[in-house]
Amino acid sequence: MTTVLDPTNESTPSVLERCMRPESLAGLTVGLLDISKPRGNVFLDRVEERLNALGSTVRRYKKPTFTKPAPVDMRHQIATECDAVIEALAD
Amino acid sequence: MVDPILGDIAKGEPLTVYTQDDLTFPESIAGLDDLDLSMSWHHNIETVPTLIRVDANGAEEDRIIGWSRDQWQAFTGDIELGITLPEFRPGCGSLSVDPSRSDELNARMGGSGLATRRVDFAELEDEFEAMYDRGWSDGLPLVPPTEARVLRMLEGTTRTPGEVVANVPPDLVDITVEKIAVNAVMAGCKPEYLPVVITAVEAICTDEFNIHGLLATTMSVGPVFVINGPIRREIGMNSGINVFGQGNRANLTIGRAVQLVVRNVGGGRPGGVDRAAQGSPAKIGLAFPEDEEGTPWISLAEERGMDPGVNSLTALCLEGPRLIVDQLSRTPESLTNLIADALLTTHSSRMVAGIDALLVLSPEHMARYVDAGWDRARFRAELEERLMIDTDDIIRGTGGIDEGLPAAFAGKQVPKFRPGGLHIAHAGGPAGLFSSVFAGWVSGPTGSVPVTKEITP
Repeated sequence: MTTVLDPTNESTPSVLERCMRPESLAGLTVGLLDISKPRGNVFLDRVEERLNALGSTVRRYKKPTFTKPAPVDMRHQIATECDAVIEALAD
Repeated sequence: MVDPILGDIAKGEPLTVYTQDDLTFPESIAGLDDLDLSMSWHHNIETVPTLIRVDANGAEEDRIIGWSRDQWQAFTGDIELGITLPEFRPGCGSLSVDPSRSDELNARMGGSGLATRRVDFAELEDEFEAMYDRGWSDGLPLVPPTEARVLRMLEGTTRTPGEVVANVPPDLVDITVEKIAVNAVMAGCKPEYLPVVITAVEAICTDEFNIHGLLATTMSVGPVFVINGPIRREIGMNSGINVFGQGNRANLTIGRAVQLVVRNVGGGRPGGVDRAAQGSPAKIGLAFPEDEEGTPWISLAEERGMDPGVNSLTALCLEGPRLIVDQLSRTPESLTNLIADALLTTHSSRMVAGIDALLVLSPEHMARYVDAGWDRARFRAELEERLMIDTDDIIRGTGGIDEGLPAAFAGKQVPKFRPGGLHIAHAGGPAGLFSSVFAGWVSGPTGSVPVTKEITP
């Protein structure tokens, strides 16, 4: 991983801006991010069923631990592979 | 060489040996791994072997460097130590100060002290694309500003990283030496250019220079920097062939670093506060040194009040260079007539007393004046005489042109440039009867006034 120093005046967050929210998920690739809380997978299994019914392609991801933000590599992978992402915050 | 005696010392008192590279060394006593050089770095080891005595708490009491039999014997109190070895060997350089590794080590171990926010790129993210994606680039690729590179850049100045250099428009943000260094790394600068970049940022962020105004204008002007003094040569700037063009790192990256500061720290971006209708390739960044050695004339900086031999930078608000071609004049009078003729049309023949200009004489044109014994003052006086305009020729509607002065100005003589508004420098390759003029923007206190500043380390 490369770490660089921010060349800007740091008045805006260093993360990139979010994409526009899609009108519909039909036909899109949707990532489901399990944050590793217990039974989050149960919730996401049901979401996956519903998305499949909508005609979405579903990809599953899982954070190593719920105590920390998703690793930068995982965020990049999701951004590269998916049109949208749903994060499960279930407990 | 010292391997056997390490075992000898260990018999007498506790000894810990750290090995930087080959873990099979030493054989006479088990060595500890310092492959990551952290022990060496923290103990400031410059030479191997270095022998350090520590007290019961591990605090250093004394050290000896390299191999000197007398020193090692005195240090250990063993007068028999190493008697079969040579008297003296200086030792080798420690890997922890190897130039190829020290920057990375300083960044890793040092707690660099750099205050700038860190941005992580993903492993699969192309770092060059990542910088484009974040909007940091002027359109050309950037050098990733890693901590090690920024630390190396900061070695180019004696100023502390946290020193506030200026308040950068249009967002009016205080900028530190460190933040300038980050942008200078991205622009491709070498550390020795940093004092020039810092001075340039100071110069443009003054009320007189007015970088906000020249950023916001729809005219196609930008900051142009002329460098004078020995630093030109010391950092390898080019004042000769293709002086305004490609091919020299210092010429190309100093101005670019300043423009990246304006973009990234000041927030001045094309389409944002930068409203230039057409812009100019010169706005990517334009700095060049004057050829002081090639003329007996005083330099631009000296004419503007700097002492000879002082490193300085003059910031001017200008468009890019435009050629002035005269291949036939052999007298200074004829060449001056032609140059005046060209200067009178800068921006258009109808533009009077509104803009400054920078005339850069090439060596072959300069030779006409030097051969005839003209100095800078004589040339300026003769040229300014020829830059008077008869307003009757440029009243609105004359010559079928609607642009021009109002009719009330008829019957007057006015100068093309305000007093002090024509700046003169010398640069270029040895052959070619071509000089250049850079025209400016709104001149004087209501627009932009050139700023000359000393470059300090």
